Amino acid sequence: MASFAVLAYLVSSVCFILALRGLSSPETARQGNIFGIAGMAIAIVTTLALADVVNYLAILPGVVVGGAVGTVIAMRIQMTALPQLVAAFHSLVGLAAVFVAAAAFFNPAAYGIGEYGAIKIGSLIEMSIGVAIGAITFSGSVIAFAKLQGIMSGKPLVFPYQHPLNALLGLVTVALVVALCTGQSPVVFWAIVVIALALGFLLILPIGGADMPVVVSMLNSYSGWAAAGIGFTLQNNLLIITGALVGASGAILSYIMCKGMNRSIINVILGGFGGETAAVAAGSGEEKPVKQGSADDAAFIMQNAQSVIIVPGYGMAVAQAQHALREMSDLLKGEGVDVKYAIHPVAGRMPGHMNVLLAEANVPYDEVFELDDINRDFGTADVAFVIGANDVTNPAAKTDPASPIFGMPILDVDKAKTVLFVKRSMASGYAGVQNELFFRDNTMMLFGDAKKVCEEIVKALD
Amino acid sequence: MTPEEILERAQALLSETQALAEQAAALAAEAQAAAQPIAGAAVGGGSGLDFLLVGLTVFVLACFVGYYVVWNVTPALHSPLMGVTNAISSVIIVGALIAAGPADFTFSSFMGFLAVTLASVNIFGGFIVTQRMLSMYKKKQK
Repeated sequence: MASFAVLAYLVSSVCFILALRGLSSPETARQGNIFGIAGMAIAIVTTLALADVVNYLAILPGVVVGGAVGTVIAMRIQMTALPQLVAAFHSLVGLAAVFVAAAAFFNPAAYGIGEYGAIKIGSLIEMSIGVAIGAITFSGSVIAFAKLQGIMSGKPLVFPYQHPLNALLGLVTVALVVALCTGQSPVVFWAIVVIALALGFLLILPIGGADMPVVVSMLNSYSGWAAAGIGFTLQNNLLIITGALVGASGAILSYIMCKGMNRSIINVILGGFGGETAAVAAGSGEEKPVKQGSADDAAFIMQNAQSVIIVPGYGMAVAQAQHALREMSDLLKGEGVDVKYAIHPVAGRMPGHMNVLLAEANVPYDEVFELDDINRDFGTADVAFVIGANDVTNPAAKTDPASPIFGMPILDVDKAKTVLFVKRSMASGYAGVQNELFFRDNTMMLFGDAKKVCEEIVKALD
Repeated sequence: MTPEEILERAQALLSETQALAEQAAALAAEAQAAAQPIAGAAVGGGSGLDFLLVGLTVFVLACFVGYYVVWNVTPALHSPLMGVTNAISSVIIVGALIAAGPADFTFSSFMGFLAVTLASVNIFGGFIVTQRMLSMYKKKQK
C-alpha cells in the first residue's frame, strides 16, 4: 500500500478519536460529529485514489443508492424509534463485514494476502473470526430490530437445551475454522457464515425486551470487533483502530447498562429474564387500596409545590408524551416551581434514549440530571412526578433481598413529599415485581395514557 | 617536497578515499537491508506475521484510547455516541472499495459492491441521525 494512504488513514483515525472525544460535552459534540464525517471522507477518498481501485462503475451506484437510502431513513425516523434504527444499522455493518471477508476469500490477491486457495494461515484465521462476528452481529441485530419494532414479541423466547445447543454451535464454528485453514474450501467458508448466523439468532432470541439497552450496546460492540477482525485480514490499521474504538465503546455501554440493572453481562446473555417471575408476582397481587387522583388534583399539587422532579421512563416514549410533558413543566416554571428531570441509566430502550427524547421536546439539557447527580435532591423535593417508569423507582431494590431487582440502583422518589405516578394500569413493571410505592399514603396514581394525562394537567394548569 | 613525492601522496590519498567510499557504500546497503523489514511492516506490505504484530500493537493501544475516551462521554450523550460509533464502524467500506475496485468484474467485486452499498447506508444514515440528535440538545435560554 502506498505510504500516502497509510498517512491519510492515520489522519482519519485521529479524526475518529476526536469525534468520540467531542461527545464529552453537548457543546463540543456537533464539532465532534464533523470530525467523524471528515475522517470518513478522508478514508473513502484515499481508498478511491489507490492505484488498484479503478472500477468506479462498480462503486458509485452503491454509494449513491446506499447514501440516498440512509439519508432518507435518517431524516424521517422518529426519535422514539431510535433503538430499532440503531439495531438495523448494526445489522448492515455485520453483513458488510461478511461480504468483505467473502471478497477477500475469493480474491485475496487484491489485498496482498496470497492467492485463491493458498491464503496465508494467519490471514485465514483473522478472516474467519471477522466473518463469524460479522454474521453474528447481522442476525442478532435483525432479531433485536424485530423485537424493538414489535414485529416479534418482546418476551424472552426460551426453549429446552438452549445453552448446550449454543455451545455446540460455538464448537462447530471452531472446528470449521480449523477445517478452513487446512483445506481452504469455499464450502467450509460459507458453512462458517451459516453457523454464525444461526448462533446470532439463538443468542438474541431468549433476551427480553427491557434488556434491549444491553443487547443494542453489545451488538454495537460486536460490529466494532467485526471491523477490527476484517482490519487484521486486510492489514489495514484504520479498520483496526476504528474497530477497537467502537468495540470498546459498545463494551463500556453494555457494562454501564448492566450496572444500572445490577445484573452481570453473563446473566443478560444467558437470557430468560422477566418471563417466569411475572407469573409469580401476579399470583401474590393482593387487593390493597390505592389513592387515585385526577389531572386537576395533580395540577393543584404541583402548582403549590416549590420543587418538582420528573422521572420519565419507557412509557413516556411509547406514549410520545415528551412534548406535552415539556409544556406542563413550562407552565409550572411560569408559576415559579423549580422543575428538574431525573434519568435512570436504563430508562428507555437504549443508552441515553430519554435524554434525546427530552432534548427533542426542547428541554434544556442542563435541567436533566443523571441518577448520581440528583438522587439526594428527592429528599427536599415536594413532588416526584413519575411518568412511564416503575421498576427504577421501586424501593424493594433496597429493602427486599428476595426481590429479583434487589441491588439495582434506584431513583429515591419515595423520599419526596408526594409521589405522582402516571401509569396506564396497576400492572407490574417489566421485572414483574409489585411496587409498594403505589400503596403509600403520600402516593397518588394518575391512571391513563401518559400523553393524555399530561395534556389534561396542562389544561388544568391554564 | 619534490613533485614525485606530492604525486605519490595524492595517489595514496585517492586510493584511501576510494576504499572509504566503498566502505560507505557497503554500510549504506547494509543499513537499507536492515531498514527494509521495519519499513515493510510499517506500510503493511511485509509478511503476514510481521503485520500481525504491528496490527496487534495498534489494536491494543486503540482499545486503551477507546476506553479512556468513551468513559469521558457524558451519559446524556450515550445515544449520539451509539450513532457515531455506528457510522464510523462503517469504515469497513475501505475494504469494500478495494474489493469492488479492480478493473475486471469478478464475484469478489460483486461482494464488494454489496458491501459498499450497505456501508453507505450506514455512513450517511449514522452521521445524519447523530447530527439530528445533537442539534436538539440546547442549553437553558435566559
